[in-house]
Amino acid sequence: MKEEKILKILEDDARVGAGDIATMIGASESQVKKSIEKLEKEDIIRRYKTIINWDKVGKEYVYAMIEVKITPERGAGYDAIAERIAKFTEVISVRLISGDHDLSLLVKGQTMKDVAFFVAEKIAPLEQIQSTVTHFILRTYKEGGDILYGKEEPKRLAITL
Amino acid sequence: MKIADRIQQIPPSGIRKFFEMVIGMDDVISLGVGEPDFVTPWSIREACIYSLEKGYTSYTSNWGLRELRDELSLQMESDYGIYYNPEDQILVTTGVSEAIDLCSRAIVNPRDEVIVVEPCYVSYNPCIVLAGGKPVPVSTSISNDFKVTPEQIKEKITKKTKAIIFNYPNNPTGAVMRKKELEEIADVIVEYDLIAISDEVYDRLTYEGRHTCFASLNGMQDRTILLNGFSKSYAMTGWRIGYALGTPKIIGAMLKVHQYTMLCAPITAQMAAIDALKNGKENVTEMVQEYDRRRRLIVKGLNDLGLDCFEPRGAFYAFPSIKNTGMTSKEFAEGLLKEQKVAVVPGDVFGKSGSGFVRCAYAVSRNEIKEALRRIGNFLQG
Repeated sequence: MKEEKILKILEDDARVGAGDIATMIGASESQVKKSIEKLEKEDIIRRYKTIINWDKVGKEYVYAMIEVKITPERGAGYDAIAERIAKFTEVISVRLISGDHDLSLLVKGQTMKDVAFFVAEKIAPLEQIQSTVTHFILRTYKEGGDILYGKEEPKRLAITL
Repeated sequence: MKIADRIQQIPPSGIRKFFEMVIGMDDVISLGVGEPDFVTPWSIREACIYSLEKGYTSYTSNWGLRELRDELSLQMESDYGIYYNPEDQILVTTGVSEAIDLCSRAIVNPRDEVIVVEPCYVSYNPCIVLAGGKPVPVSTSISNDFKVTPEQIKEKITKKTKAIIFNYPNNPTGAVMRKKELEEIADVIVEYDLIAISDEVYDRLTYEGRHTCFASLNGMQDRTILLNGFSKSYAMTGWRIGYALGTPKIIGAMLKVHQYTMLCAPITAQMAAIDALKNGKENVTEMVQEYDRRRRLIVKGLNDLGLDCFEPRGAFYAFPSIKNTGMTSKEFAEGLLKEQKVAVVPGDVFGKSGSGFVRCAYAVSRNEIKEALRRIGNFLQG
């Protein structure tokens, strides 16, 4: 229960200190530190990342969602091929999904050409793969629960009773 | 042109000057806001937009939309186990503010007395005065966690006492009252045949333990006018939508005033409120969890600074004592605003018993809370 509360706070803001977390959930700082260590050790907390709006930096990476159709292997199902694809550093995420294709990948590259060649050379030729469809991402409006464009400004008066 | 005597009985707002000071300043962190910093959840807003597209732009029944009253009835049953007939026991109002006015006018005869549990929201007293009645304050104190006691009430009861109005979870103190304590108040209400006006607009914002609905207590449903609204729980302050629940007789009397002065609550807000009741639960839970985290941060922060802060268990206000600074509430609030650009509300705005305190709303982000605490620390040292 306490651990879940810690996780909720960290999921939203990984930089909140143990002292503040302790105050917010009504525990001691050392308890919180211990819990976080345990959660890290158990691999429940994988790592701490930052949501960056790269568009604003001017450094434009290219992202693409790749739909992949697969012939599952006897005995291994989708796992073997999914794990194999996941090893490429170009691949940001791999998900098995329901619907008219099987795996959904998020691939990152420097240019559209990079991404297209990566898919053509490394993914499409794999034996179990029937077909791939590449969708380039043009703009990200919301990421990890954060709205990147069209954020609403507060409109409250400074004092109300 | 001569203004009516009744209006002249209402004292001018004591903190207007303070308001104006705040408005003219930049970089102010305001802990003075009595409303959520969340925007109304999108699903509610979207439902309202859709209703406009569909052409819902007309008057509604004076009572409010039947579907909304049905939903309210269901919710009262599932939350508190009490049944209100949507036919004649539920009135949809333009916010709790209107409902306070309606019930004052519906029950108060000239010179009737209404006991007002203070510190409290600023509109109870004026509404009673406008209805021709006489507000009689009962002061709660920090030594009793800002709870009102049966003895305190009995002391103020006269032959003219008609009703008592109270608000738990409380604005401005954040105090709540537990079931057993409320039952003792209920006994007084029965003994002296009073009407209870229970403003429970912060009912969902209760931390640690469950809210007790006053009307759910034994025998109280027929003696209580229950007021609630969507502003605080669903972050819908600007929509102006609330409701009153009570006996057909009292709600019928309130309806009479409502139909000739307001006609009905805006249909757009009513459509949004229906969606809030149907789909808003999860949003409320999330907001309450976040308020709870902020509550603990600000209470600890204020106490660490040496400002004695009673632990609020409801609403979204902390109400620290500033007595040991040697300043009055107003001096403290004005000084803090001028020197450190943090706005808080002087406690005496909410009644005499609020003097020596300031109200700090924690409906602001955690970062703002921390920065405000830092600045208050500077102010105390300077």
